[in-house]
Amino acid sequence: MTRTETSTVDTATLWGGKISPFSTSYGKLMMWFFLISDALTFGGLLVSYGFTRHSAQSAWPIGEETFNSLPFLGHGYPLLYVALMTFILIVSSVTMVLAVEAGHRMDKKGVIKWMIATIIGGFFFVGSQAWEWYHFIHGSEFGKIELNDGSRAIVKGHFGEIKNFTVIESGKHHSKGAVITKDLLHTYQHAALDGKIKDGTITLHDGSKAKINKAEDEHVKLIIKEDGANFSTGKTIEGMEAKKLYWEAMNSGIPNRVTYGANMKANEYGPQQYAQYFFFITGFHGFHVFSGVIINIIICIGVVMGVYHKRGHYEMVEKTGLYWHFVDLVWVFVFTFFYLI
Amino acid sequence: MGTLAHDIHGTHDHHAHEHHDEGFVSKYIFSQDHKMISKQYLVTAIFMGVIAMILSLLFRIQLAWPGESNDFVSFFLGNEWAPNGVMKEEMYLALVTIHGTIMVFFLLTGGLSGTFSNILIPFQIGARDMASGFLNMLSYWMFFVSSIIMVASLFVETGPASAGWTIYPPLSALPQAMPGQGLGMTLWLVSMAIFVASSLLGSLNYIVTVLNLRTKGMSMTRLPLTIWAFLITAIIGVLSFPVLLSAVLLLIMDRTMGTSFYLSDIIVAGEMLENHGGSPILFQHLFWFLGHPEVYIVLLPSLGITSEVISTNSRKPIFGYRAMIGSMLAIGFLSFIVWAHHMYVTGMNPLLGSVFVFTTLLIAIPSAVKVFNYLTTLWRGSIILTPAMMFSIGLVSTFITGGVTGIILADAALDIAVHDTMFVVAHFHVVMGLSAVFGMFAGVYHWFPKMYGRMLNTKLGYLHFWLTIISGYGVFFPMHFVGIAGAPRRYYDYSVYNEFDTNAFTMILDLNVIITLFTILGGIAQLIFLFNFFYSVFRGPKAPQNPWKSNTLEWTSPVEPVHGNWVGPLPEVHRWAYDYSKPGMEEDFIPQTVPLKEGEEEH
Repeated sequence: MTRTETSTVDTATLWGGKISPFSTSYGKLMMWFFLISDALTFGGLLVSYGFTRHSAQSAWPIGEETFNSLPFLGHGYPLLYVALMTFILIVSSVTMVLAVEAGHRMDKKGVIKWMIATIIGGFFFVGSQAWEWYHFIHGSEFGKIELNDGSRAIVKGHFGEIKNFTVIESGKHHSKGAVITKDLLHTYQHAALDGKIKDGTITLHDGSKAKINKAEDEHVKLIIKEDGANFSTGKTIEGMEAKKLYWEAMNSGIPNRVTYGANMKANEYGPQQYAQYFFFITGFHGFHVFSGVIINIIICIGVVMGVYHKRGHYEMVEKTGLYWHFVDLVWVFVFTFFYLI
Repeated sequence: MGTLAHDIHGTHDHHAHEHHDEGFVSKYIFSQDHKMISKQYLVTAIFMGVIAMILSLLFRIQLAWPGESNDFVSFFLGNEWAPNGVMKEEMYLALVTIHGTIMVFFLLTGGLSGTFSNILIPFQIGARDMASGFLNMLSYWMFFVSSIIMVASLFVETGPASAGWTIYPPLSALPQAMPGQGLGMTLWLVSMAIFVASSLLGSLNYIVTVLNLRTKGMSMTRLPLTIWAFLITAIIGVLSFPVLLSAVLLLIMDRTMGTSFYLSDIIVAGEMLENHGGSPILFQHLFWFLGHPEVYIVLLPSLGITSEVISTNSRKPIFGYRAMIGSMLAIGFLSFIVWAHHMYVTGMNPLLGSVFVFTTLLIAIPSAVKVFNYLTTLWRGSIILTPAMMFSIGLVSTFITGGVTGIILADAALDIAVHDTMFVVAHFHVVMGLSAVFGMFAGVYHWFPKMYGRMLNTKLGYLHFWLTIISGYGVFFPMHFVGIAGAPRRYYDYSVYNEFDTNAFTMILDLNVIITLFTILGGIAQLIFLFNFFYSVFRGPKAPQNPWKSNTLEWTSPVEPVHGNWVGPLPEVHRWAYDYSKPGMEEDFIPQTVPLKEGEEEH
């Protein structure tokens, strides 16, 4: 352990004699084993999701009913956005392959070009995830409704626009005759949650009452998700009857008959655990993508600085590539579990 | 690709060179040298082991003399946790929890693998160091941090985690359930998350080092069995710990974010919680998917060490070298498909239960293969009873004793009767506690000369061994009867239950006193070891080059450790590690570096 002795080590043969049965470096091998380990973490989470879904007592949500929003365009586009973000993520895997391939050719500019493309793809995906969460949390305009017979149904169709509220009974802030035109949907949904919509009038925060001036909902379709006295799970109700049942429930003045979007306690799509697992697993995956993007940026800076060029090989790019492909592959499974089955 | 790999190691070459002029900090603290990291692991593990031992003494005193004032208890727990020298119920549960956690994870997982994989893998495969010295250092320091957090949780005002080392929800998920489930449990979870990361980094290093850095001639089938054991242990760790991580992450969500992954319809103190639809059984599945392989993570390194020590000190080749590798691989594989035998009473489908009975009983086969191979290696050998050899034979003994009760517990029909009783506690303490600890002691006695360049005192070693095995059996043999009599585990005081029949009741109370007396004896025995260890580190006689006349590569490296392990070129390997007493040879051992003689056949 003393210095004189350590300096007698024959440095020429310091790592000599090693054999590499897989003719691969220890770093790459280590990455592979790390990925196996990480795969089991995701495996544990997805199996838990399956276990919970299997033992759930009420109907589990269906992907195309839950995820049907596009940014800026609203609802009615089942699975379109997730298809787009999945496509982008897979394309980013392709660009990563091209970066690695450019690295084999020692083409520094090529590596930089394709890595930047990969990073952009990654950022797009993480941003899309945020959109997806936003839609998921806010939910549909209709919400999930508890019908008069005690059954619960999700609602599809075209939500009639709310034009304004006309105050018919003065409160602290609004006097009779005033027309409210701001923040309508938000106010409407809050009132519905609190059971403050009755006989076509809405009770506002300040205690004033207003008449709801709203266009008719169209193509309303109720899909029963929890059994009641008259309707059982899986039944679909359409046409005038659907419209009538929905409005009866909304207009009942009883609190908590409607649920909008998702939080930790409740969600309009199905059992509590559905939203909780969605947040946790896609969040955990999103964290992986995000760290992947950060690692890609760090490595890309290294490429720009010429660190790997000097080293004579771009193995670091290859190793981050392995991680990136893994994250993409995991998404395929997460996507399948939450959106397709 | 070959040139590519060469270049990478070229940079390492340079790296290693720089280290020579570094000072105290990089040599003794943030060291990247596998020998120093190994010693760091060992000393940390001994420190953690001592703490866990003291905890067990405290709760054993409570079990033997419930409700009686005790100065020892009073000294350690003070008035807060032991008013008038009698420990509180919450503290008892906390002590049991932390004792189990430290022993299983910190001593027998981190300590055992960390110490011996680190010291032996590079030495016995003929490598300069681990594949990545930096990750190796990181692995140790994460282990250290997680140890500190775990120990710190003992000093939290509301007490440490108290849900048992298996931290089953809902108890572990609800901070309001009991005082220790607040900050104490949070610290436990944080500590274990860091521990998992440390274990992962360590295991990755062990695997790639064994696969990639073997010296010339060191084929997989020439590896000493220690290395095979460490390799398989590391692979099991890489596959099972991540599942614990996912279980713990979901648990953390239940605790902090108000999710209900594991919670459903719970009433605490008359208040109905909002959680609905989760399943505590899910946690058990996830936990035991790690938990059972964990048993073998604890045990396999000890079995590997024992193979090496028994063969060396019987002066005979290990019996059934390939069968040993095969049975370790079989144990490793089977350990992943038996987890539900911890859950027979959770209301699982009896058909599923019988499947797990079958797979569990299958593990008896490779385990028996190993036991018979140890016995046949000893058979008619020229046995040299070094302390390491004594501990190895002790391991074979406890492995058999504990294995036999394992067959009882593997059967669902029998297990239901003794489930969660002291019988289970006795079983796993014998088969994985004593066996693994004996293997660890064997390793310390055998490789102490390699680690510290000095010899341990043999006479103190014998004394340590005999007191340890007597107290070990003295504690756990009677405990089986306590369990059969119906005493559930984790109970604070058995004297208040009139439900037991009178004979059983008296027996439980009497045996508890005997068990505690042996626990105290066992504690004293470890003081002998501690004295021997620390005295010999500084004052022990200098070790010779090859004190046990052993074949493996580490004994060809200089006694005074050098950076890079061998001065000059790496040794070249020409034979397996077990050429002891080969007929027609002059010496009764032939190191692996000796080329085959003309006409000599490889084993």
